[in-house]
This record gives sequence, C-alpha cells and structure tokens, in this order.
Amino acid sequence: MGTMKRIYMDHSATTPVDPLVVDAMLPFFTDLFGNASSLHSFGSEAAEALLRARKQVADAIGALPEEIIFTSGGTESDNLAIRGVVPFNAGKKHVITSVIEHPAVLNTCAFLESLGHEVTYVPVDADGVVDVKILEKSVRENTVLVSVMHANNEVGTIQPIEKISEIAKKYNIYFHTDAVQSVGKIPVNVDDLGVDMLSISSHKIHGPKGVGVLYVRKGTNISPIVFGGNHEMGMRSGTENVSGIVGFAKAMELAAQRQDADSIHMTQMRDSLISRVFDSISDVRLNGHPSRRLPNNVNMSFKYAEGESMLMLLDMQGVAVSTGSACSSKSLKASHVLSALEIEDDFIHGSLRISLGRENTMDDIDYVVGALQETIAKLRAMSPLADR
Amino acid sequence: MYSKKVMEEFSNPANVGVVEDADGVGEIGSTIDGDIINISIKVKDNILEDVKFKTFGCVVAISTSSAVAKLAKGKTVDEAMSLTNEDVINYLDGLPEGKDRCSGFALDALKMAIDDYIHKSK
Repeated sequence: MGTMKRIYMDHSATTPVDPLVVDAMLPFFTDLFGNASSLHSFGSEAAEALLRARKQVADAIGALPEEIIFTSGGTESDNLAIRGVVPFNAGKKHVITSVIEHPAVLNTCAFLESLGHEVTYVPVDADGVVDVKILEKSVRENTVLVSVMHANNEVGTIQPIEKISEIAKKYNIYFHTDAVQSVGKIPVNVDDLGVDMLSISSHKIHGPKGVGVLYVRKGTNISPIVFGGNHEMGMRSGTENVSGIVGFAKAMELAAQRQDADSIHMTQMRDSLISRVFDSISDVRLNGHPSRRLPNNVNMSFKYAEGESMLMLLDMQGVAVSTGSACSSKSLKASHVLSALEIEDDFIHGSLRISLGRENTMDDIDYVVGALQETIAKLRAMSPLADR
Repeated sequence: MYSKKVMEEFSNPANVGVVEDADGVGEIGSTIDGDIINISIKVKDNILEDVKFKTFGCVVAISTSSAVAKLAKGKTVDEAMSLTNEDVINYLDGLPEGKDRCSGFALDALKMAIDDYIHKSK
C-alpha cells in the first residue's frame, strides 16, 4: 500500500491517548500495581494515586473529591445517575429526558419504563435544541429526575443547560447531564451548569478506554447499581482501575489546561471546513445549530450521495469520519438524532459527522475538502437522482 | 467487513450510466427508502448487448448493481432472467450479515428492465 495519508476525524467516537497520559499510567501496571484496598505499602501507593486522581478530576470541574465516583465509562455513569436515583426516591416515578439523548440514557429510560416508571421525551427544534418550554410543561408532581445532555454527540448542538437547571431547581427535581462530548471543548463546571449529576468518559478526551466518572452533588439521594466490596464510598464496588483512573485524571487535567487553546484551534478548523465545503460543493446542508455547536463538530448532509458510501470512499482516501445514515438490515435508516431534526428525505440519507481533534491541522482540512469533493462527485455521477 | 470483491466493485464500478435508446428500463426504490437503482438494457438478437446502471445507495446497493450489470451483459434474455440473488452474492464473494436487505434490489431492477423489453416487443 505504501504510505497513504491517514487522517482521523472521528473524535466523537474515540480519541488517541495523549503520550503524557500514557507516561502517567505506565508505572501503575508494573511497579505500582497494588490493590488500593490493601493495607500494605503496595496498597497505600495505589490508594494515594486514587486520592490524587480524585482531586485532579474534582478540580477540573469545580467539584469536591468526595463527589467524584469513578466508573467504567460514560455509559455506566449514565446508568448510575438514572437507575441510582429514580427507583429510590419514594413515590416519585417520573423522568424527563430528550429525544436526542445517547442510547446510554434512552435505553436506560426505556428499561425503567418497563419497570413501571414514567418517562417524558422532550422534542427538539430543527437545530437540535431541546424545547425548554415543553420541558417545563412536562414537570409533574412525581417528577424525580431530568436528564438532558450537555452537547449532542451527533450534531454537536449545545443544550441550554443553565435554563434547564433553573427549572429543575424551581420544582426541586434532580438534574443529570451527560457531558461526555463537551468536556475539553467548552467549559464544564458543575456549579456554573447547576447540575446535580454529570457523566464524563475518559476515552473521548485523550484518556484510556474503560474509565469514566459520575459527579454526584453532596446530598443527592442515590443508590449504587453495582454491589460488592463498597469501593468508591460504597457507590461503585469493584477493585479500582488504578492505571485507568490515573490516566483519566491526567487527561482531565490536560483538557482543562488546553481547553481554551484547543477550542480556538478546533473552531478555526471547523469554520474553515464548513465554509470551504459550502463554497465548493452544491446541495449541502449543515445539521445542528449554526453557532451553538461544539467547536469540533461538523455534521453535514449531501444530496444524491449516501452516508455509508461516502464514509467508505473517504476511508479509501485515508479519511476516517462517521455517518448517521446507516444502512441496516431492514431499511436505510437515519439515526434517532437526525430523524428528530426534521431533515428532508433528500438529505437525510447523506449525512457525515466530521469530529475534529486537537492533533488535526489546517493541512488536514485542505486534504479532507479535496477528498470530499472527489467523493461527492463520484457518487453523484452514479446517482440516478442527480440528473433529475 | 466487506469482501475485497465488494470494495472493488463499489469503488471502481463498470457500466455506470444510462443506455441510449434503451429497449428496457427498470427502476426500484425511492428517496424515502433510501436506495434507488435504475437499470437500462439494449437487446439485440435476444442478447443483452448492453446493461447500464445508475444507483443511489449504500455500498451493497452500488456493488450489487455493478455485479448485476456485469453478470447480465452478453447473456440471452432467458439466461439473464434466471440469474439468482445467490449468483450475485457469490460473484461478490459474499455479503456481511445484516446487509442482505438491498442485495436483491439490483437484480429486481434488471428483471423489471427485461420485463419492460418483453412487454414492448410484443
């Protein structure tokens, strides 16, 4: 194959681990391998590392160390927030969420429904913004929890978290947000956002896979969902993934330090990519909010070109992106997020999500614009729709 | 997850286009469903002299369209009519599980084109 250029632009799926994170982790596989629960020196080395990591993560989001519960990742954090709170607040059986949440939230809510709980799924507008008025109208006597993501993983729309927090406070309802996509790209501070619980995933911010956190504000009435040896203050049993947690904490520290610079860099690349695509390719639309969107998210649809075909042709040119227009066994089906955005049929099957990372460059943008032009031209030449 | 043959046919398809003064045309799909496959044929002395396709759709839709056009070209009307979905999938060295939905569409479009030709030539 020789040396084909390879450009990774799928950072909303996962990110490469930062070398500084790897360096921080390495001693914890070999020399400092102890179980943090052991009383000997091996154990206390690990326990001290956990203590430091907990403080690093807490500092990065403006929380207290005792409000940090390490989990196996964003999905478990979402599960813990919802399944830990909802069934354990007597008589309160109702949850409010949005139609564009991650499956970790939607499928957990669906499970609670199967157990007899009630869930309201608040709609979004054409830009993917949750309708705050409908959200407030959905509040009931027995509403216990609101769970709305900070920023959407597909279209990058940033949600009005502060407004939703006001509503939650007004009616004395717990408020959880999934901040898996927003950490490191926009400010994430638990007091500024006004949330009671917040989920973060390590591998989306240049940390290792298999580790995450649920922030739980002091005083929240929450039960564990994993039982055992009472690790993590009894909230999440299981021997701590010390190396993973140390790496995650380092990644959080770096994300907080670099967020301003990363955000400027990614916004420049994002806006350049969008304007150059709009200037050089016809019949394209931007999905998601034009300005209230993550600095690293570009989600576009092209007429007369199908998502999977675009993805594969781009991959053959070394460019890795994703699509919300997957071809499943039953039908060519758009994702639940794109479907909620009321995108016309002509566009909905041709979506691409290009999610940038701090290691991408303007040269990468040049290359990707060229690769996109070639890909779209090739598919449109094949499409019976393009000449009608 | 796709075979090498599928990726070859997908990235470098043969017989893309519309046959001029076609003897038969078949089209399947809609923008709501997602895929649209259009196949046009030229028949001379009962032989499919030319088969061309235009397809909007996923990797499977495009690669099966290319495969069907190649398989049908040069065959008699009866031979082309008796092509099966299995012939197409075998030609492509198999398709991944769950991707078989649209694998038959290209063949359906070809058979619609042949039906159109038979109907017109009566």
